[in-house]
Amino acid sequence: MKPRTDSRKFKTISRRELLKLTPVLALGAFAIPQLQKPLLKGGLAFSDWASARLFRSGHLAPTFADTDLTPFEKFPINDYDVDDPGVDFDKWTLTATGSVQKPGDYTLAQIQALPKVTQNTRHVCVEGWDVIGNFGGVRLSDFLKTIGADPTARFVTVECADDYYESLDMATAMHPQSLLCYEMYGQPLTREHGAPLRLSIPSKIGYKQAKYLTDLKVSHVLGKVGYWEDQGYSEFYGL
Amino acid sequence: MATRAIAIEDAKTGDITEAVYEHPFVVRLCHWMNAISLFVMVGSGLQIFRAFPSFGAKIPQKDLLNWPKAFALGGWLGGALQWHLTFMWIYIATGLVYIGYQIFSGNYKQVLFVRRDLPGIWPMVRHYFFFGSKPPVREAYNPLQKHAYTSVIGLGVLSVLTGLAIWKPVQFSWLAWMLGGFHLARVWHFLIMWAMLAFVFGHLVMVVLHGWNNFVSMFTGWKKDPEYPSE
Repeated sequence: MKPRTDSRKFKTISRRELLKLTPVLALGAFAIPQLQKPLLKGGLAFSDWASARLFRSGHLAPTFADTDLTPFEKFPINDYDVDDPGVDFDKWTLTATGSVQKPGDYTLAQIQALPKVTQNTRHVCVEGWDVIGNFGGVRLSDFLKTIGADPTARFVTVECADDYYESLDMATAMHPQSLLCYEMYGQPLTREHGAPLRLSIPSKIGYKQAKYLTDLKVSHVLGKVGYWEDQGYSEFYGL
Repeated sequence: MATRAIAIEDAKTGDITEAVYEHPFVVRLCHWMNAISLFVMVGSGLQIFRAFPSFGAKIPQKDLLNWPKAFALGGWLGGALQWHLTFMWIYIATGLVYIGYQIFSGNYKQVLFVRRDLPGIWPMVRHYFFFGSKPPVREAYNPLQKHAYTSVIGLGVLSVLTGLAIWKPVQFSWLAWMLGGFHLARVWHFLIMWAMLAFVFGHLVMVVLHGWNNFVSMFTGWKKDPEYPSE
């Protein structure tokens, strides 16, 4: 025998079951204009927090054979402003500032005196395309040691000749594949690809690979995050 | 599996209607959380795709699908990524709660397609698409329905795995490798979305065809006048 009830009681039961679903309405907060922005900002911040937890210092990005390389002429040139900001190579230096023991201007020759690393790694653009490039340079970690960067500092910020700016968390900056890159495909960087010095960070998204570097700052707190980050892109965007 | 059944006596006429408790609370909650988060993931995903609507090389770029902005969410790439990277957590959490609940409550038997359901597939296909007679209904879900629901849960899992491979091709390099590399993972992610949309389309058609009592059951859990024996 089935239990019996009358239609009025059944309505009450049904209504109670329906009301249990009210938590779903909480998602409606995303439709309220005043709440949408902070909620999405919070969601992105949570994603970045989780990304930082997922990052492993000892885990290497995949590397590729020379036959997998995207031909140099098909390696896209992306910038937010100009292809060539007209860097004067004779006067160029990288200015190191912040929590470092030896701040000052470092010439390209000084940087190139550090051990050279060459690697074929994937460059992933936030738009969705990807290429495999050959990058040569020095480990960012070696340069940070050279300038006596405070090992307890949390961020490395760079500024560029085209007024672009970017930042890296210290764990990523210290990663063995994170490069201060001065060569692509065995040739000195071309102006469009960021001569004389750019970042090549295989564990980060494309917009973190800043070109035409002029300044590098080590810091405990982050002021400006990055050009695209300040427009609303992910701050961490580790791959 | 014994389903909770009830006999409802109309307060005025005294007529008896039967009802079964078809959808447990957690299933209903997950269904609607998922309906919303899937809508957001697809909308924002299409906006993300608009930034590079191709699966070939960047140079020369051959656009595959310049999806109209009206059917995309987020306004621009950065905005769409905010939606996508926020709702993916809701989407994943909903999926985990659903799968966990189904396994531990035993309710998965209602929906999981098993070998025993195989012979029932063809009669249902004949009924739906070739005007065949309707096979007798014995359970809440017929074999074809079970197949569809089981498949779409599988697609949901794959949508997360392919998404993780695109989002973190370095940390989850093994996953990207299993999917044929970052580039192919992006293709799978896109195709899985269309497969899920095909399910949603069929699902909505069936909801309309099956009428009000069936629709209400996903809100209250109770289905009046079930087609199948309630005990």
